[in-house]
Amino acid sequence: MNQLSSNKFTIVLKKECPTCELIEPVLRQLVAEYEKNISIYVQDDLTFPRSIDKKLDDTSLEFSYANNIEIVPTLICSNDNEEITRTVGWDKSEWRQLTGLASLGEDLIDFKPGCGSKTQEPGMEEQLIARFDKNLLSSRNIPLAESEDEMESCFERGWSDGLPVVPPTSVRVIRMLKGTHRSPDEIIGKIPPDNLPCTIEKVAINAVLAGCKPEYFPIVLASVEAALQDRFCMHGLLCTTYFSSPVMVVNGPIIKEIGLNNGVNALGQGNRANATVGRALQLLIRNVGGGLPGGIDRAVMGNPGKYTYCFAEDESDEQWTTLAQDRGFNRQDSVISLFAGEGLQPIVDQKSRGAESLAKSIANSLRTVVNAKLYGAADAILVISPEHRRVIRDSGWTKENFKEVLCENLMMPGANLIRGAQEISEGMPEKLKDKILSKFRDDGLHITSTGGKAGMFSAIISGWVASGEKGSQIVSQKI
Amino acid sequence: MNNTVMLDPTAELKPVERQILPRLETLSGATVGLLDISKPRGKEFLDEIEEHLIGLGAKVKRYTKPTFARIAPKELNQKISVECDAVIEGLAD
Repeated sequence: MNQLSSNKFTIVLKKECPTCELIEPVLRQLVAEYEKNISIYVQDDLTFPRSIDKKLDDTSLEFSYANNIEIVPTLICSNDNEEITRTVGWDKSEWRQLTGLASLGEDLIDFKPGCGSKTQEPGMEEQLIARFDKNLLSSRNIPLAESEDEMESCFERGWSDGLPVVPPTSVRVIRMLKGTHRSPDEIIGKIPPDNLPCTIEKVAINAVLAGCKPEYFPIVLASVEAALQDRFCMHGLLCTTYFSSPVMVVNGPIIKEIGLNNGVNALGQGNRANATVGRALQLLIRNVGGGLPGGIDRAVMGNPGKYTYCFAEDESDEQWTTLAQDRGFNRQDSVISLFAGEGLQPIVDQKSRGAESLAKSIANSLRTVVNAKLYGAADAILVISPEHRRVIRDSGWTKENFKEVLCENLMMPGANLIRGAQEISEGMPEKLKDKILSKFRDDGLHITSTGGKAGMFSAIISGWVASGEKGSQIVSQKI
Repeated sequence: MNNTVMLDPTAELKPVERQILPRLETLSGATVGLLDISKPRGKEFLDEIEEHLIGLGAKVKRYTKPTFARIAPKELNQKISVECDAVIEGLAD
């Protein structure tokens, strides 16, 4: 008893919990015995327990959060402000042992499990971190005035691409950060065009604005790292008068994990993951990098993909190598590839039943990328539909075979292409008149496959005219 | 009552702003750099400018960026700043 007499006891309860109600006589007994050394915190309703006068208000959950209360009731035994031990729920022998009262709860059953603490309710953890863990986030807090509408205030502050954004409250940002193990204050890199350092936290805030779920966050982070690779040339891509902007292609298990669309309407609207992952990078470049349209973004027309442009590959054909595999990754790797491109040029071919005819047909369309008389200027991604892929595979061809024949059909005598040829001023320099020119530079044509199962239509995503070492090259980043 | 508090999505930093150097009072005897950013016809345009500058008594040095799509290499910036009193950049075609 002597040893126990200097101990202090803290009990945490909530009215909603039947076990807490059950132990009311126990609490009376403890208060009678240890009056000054006992603290009783109540999480929900301070009228409970009725027969106890002295109760402490923990409706803010500050005490419960600081002391990691997971179950109510919790009995904590401490000495000199140091916790010695705790028990949860009602376990008569444990409570007796901790309190040193051999007759505690004489009339009660021996055991009844407790209930979840209010700190454990869904969505509560992030609220508590936001309320009490002030050191986690370092971005400036912007309190809204009483009359301010949260959606409108995001527009007014210039954070939006023109569509509504999700207001980035600290609770939402903390939830987003749960999508990564990386520390909020880690610098991911310098975001062009202003080249200002960007933390993981800033990426999370912009992912919230974009409407991402926390499980998308690893892809968003990988997309930022890809965009910051020197060979992607994000700075120049943003500033150009040309149409291009980042186009994202996702490969690997993450497609199913987060529900990216690689089927019907894969490049269209209607899928949250596709729509928001692509948007997050654009918003980050706007908000952190300072890349504003009409400011340093000098695009003559731009393109609708500057809101968002992200899709996933259909990987259902094991014999068809994926874009990520072509880029040196394994099929089991989750990878995001970024390409400086724009738009979608459809290719209709409903008659070819063999790969040879289809290759010639598609090559004809590929020749028109940028301008039918400009060769080696822009890269391209060819997006093969599942039906066209079937035609190729039924001919016994691999993607590699198909690409080879495509490239053979993309050669053209310089004489047909030089400036003035075909009575068109635009074209290739005169000095290339006697050369045979290839439409795409080496490593300038990429092939992926996606879309619904019906429709003999493929498509071209045309690249930036500053493709290659002088400007942008496709980049891939493991997620 | 609106209790919403939002977190700032911007960098919260201003990009470095550089002061404009004092303007030259005369071109006579000054060395002026002409930077071609490698856009088509940049050379022809800067040839014309060079002629005018020489007519005004300036000395002209010519420089070329490797590609218009990327920012100029630091070494090139330094070289121009050491060798010239002023620079004119052929920014676009």
